[in-house]
Amino acid sequence: MIQLENVTKVFSGKKGSIQALDDVSLHVKKGEIFGVIGYSGAGKSTLIRCANLLERPTTGTVKVNGVDLTALSPGKLREARQKIGMIFQGFNLLKTATVYDNVAIPLKLSGLNKQEVKERVEKYLEIVGLEQKHQAYPGELSGGQKQRVAIARALAHEPEVLLCDEATSALDPDTTEAILELLLKINRDLGITILLITHEMNVIQRICDRVAVMEQGQVIEQGTVMELFTTPQKATTKKFIGSVFSHNIPESTLTHLQGNGRIALLSFFGISSGEPALALVSKHFNVFPNILSGSIIQMKQEPYGQLLVHLRGDKEEVEKAIEFLIEKGVQVEGEDHYAVNIQRVS
Amino acid sequence: MPSTFSEFLNNWGEDIWAATIETFQMVSIALLVSIIIGLPLGILLVMTRPGKGMENKFVYQLLNIFINIIRSIPFIILLFFILPFTKWVVGTSIGVKGVIVPLVVYTAPYIARLMESAILEVDRGVVEAYEAMGIKTRNIIWHVLLRESRSSIILGLTIATIGLIGATAMAGLVGGGGLGDLAYRFGHLRYEADVMYVTVALLIILVQGLQSLGNAAAARLKKD
Ligand SMILES: Nc1ncnc2c1ncn2[C@@H]1O[C@H](COP(=O)(O)OP(=O)(O)O)[C@@H](O)[C@H]1O
Ligand SMILES: [Mg+2]
Repeated sequence: MIQLENVTKVFSGKKGSIQALDDVSLHVKKGEIFGVIGYSGAGKSTLIRCANLLERPTTGTVKVNGVDLTALSPGKLREARQKIGMIFQGFNLLKTATVYDNVAIPLKLSGLNKQEVKERVEKYLEIVGLEQKHQAYPGELSGGQKQRVAIARALAHEPEVLLCDEATSALDPDTTEAILELLLKINRDLGITILLITHEMNVIQRICDRVAVMEQGQVIEQGTVMELFTTPQKATTKKFIGSVFSHNIPESTLTHLQGNGRIALLSFFGISSGEPALALVSKHFNVFPNILSGSIIQMKQEPYGQLLVHLRGDKEEVEKAIEFLIEKGVQVEGEDHYAVNIQRVS
Repeated sequence: MPSTFSEFLNNWGEDIWAATIETFQMVSIALLVSIIIGLPLGILLVMTRPGKGMENKFVYQLLNIFINIIRSIPFIILLFFILPFTKWVVGTSIGVKGVIVPLVVYTAPYIARLMESAILEVDRGVVEAYEAMGIKTRNIIWHVLLRESRSSIILGLTIATIGLIGATAMAGLVGGGGLGDLAYRFGHLRYEADVMYVTVALLIILVQGLQSLGNAAAARLKKD
């Protein structure tokens, strides 16, 4: 649906030039939610702004729904943009217009007649849950409500794709959760493909199907969200995952425990596989599991959990227990990997 | 007191009324023409600015320098300095007609600057959101830039109008008439202190009223 091919973007200013994008290629499939994560300055905003040519790539092509945007005339580009919705961190609403007008004005300017405008505004304000707020001004709304207006404004053009530039970064956790739910609903019910950028791992984990990690203008790793969580390759990726699971154990405790047994990091999908398997371990083997830390997060498809455990017992018994856990579908990382984890926590 | 007041009205009422009308004429015509010239210039200043949609260094710098030059000349000097130009434009350099030209030359660049700063206050993000929706530039100018800055535009125009009233006071020098001229000719030159006090009082009421009106309108249009 969205294809970026070898896109580079160089900003040249008085103080020299900055390469914001360095040969980036991304393919967002129809109907999926694709996330791009990276730290501030990684080039995420530049990337998403290239998807509707708010920023024209220095080299490379941008195709949306098969049409090469970089080759379009200004008039044709405007037409194409009407089918590409976009929402922003700062909402970007007209302060002087009511909620109704904020959605209606762009529709009118795109040439819809009065009746069509009215129908669309009512329909999409209802979808975002603001049917009671038609006559309110943005200044009277909360951040979450403002973002809902912006979403309704974008949806009212009935786009095929929606671009989200840090759409939840200005919102508190509860409101973020509600807006993410809304984005999921839009994707599921209206079939709109979503490309979003964020610096928050919980956004990725909660609603994305696939994800790309960006650093210094490059995509350093990409795959399904599950792949990234279970087998992260790059240090930055591991850091982002560590921001969701922080196993913070005092060094002295670790040294103390390592003497008799083994420390293992258990990862599992679904609530059914993790703890019950661990309970069986103590029943079947002469091993005493001791949970040092753990948490379960909600991913788009199913929950995903991590437990850091100390398995006390003979080396042989512990090995058998670990084999048993792996058999039960639990992913086990040993002490080596744990060392990496410590780094990502601090 | 009542007898002296009616006496005053009898003697001066007509002159003061006529002068008030002249002032209104000069101010409203000059204001209208200045807005027609100044507002588009203000928009052009914003649009051609480095980093903006229609970035054009040449146009921007030229306009900038031109406006600064005119803005640095005091009105009284401008009035005489551009006499030939005035004559060329309206065929005469005296009377209300002759004073409109220097008033516009004086006010239009001022309005351009005031409009520029009003429009620059508009959040760049909103413009971007409209660009992303494929809205035409001229619609963005009208429905985003001018709409969102309308409160500041009203305040700017209020300031410009008050400045214009001040400038019309000097219009008497070329026979433009008006309240300022009346106060100067009779009040100052012929020692009719009463006339001076009354015209000054009228000017104060006018300016105060305008400013209050402008503030109220701006507050009403502001929604945040
Ligand atoms: N319009 C611009 N002009 C010059 N440099 C820019 C511009 N936009 C972004 N950059 C630079 O490009 C890099 C990437 O920025 P950005 O895409 O905003 O990153 P992110 O959204 O990941 O924080 C940064 O170094 C930033 O300073
Ligand atoms: Mg950004």
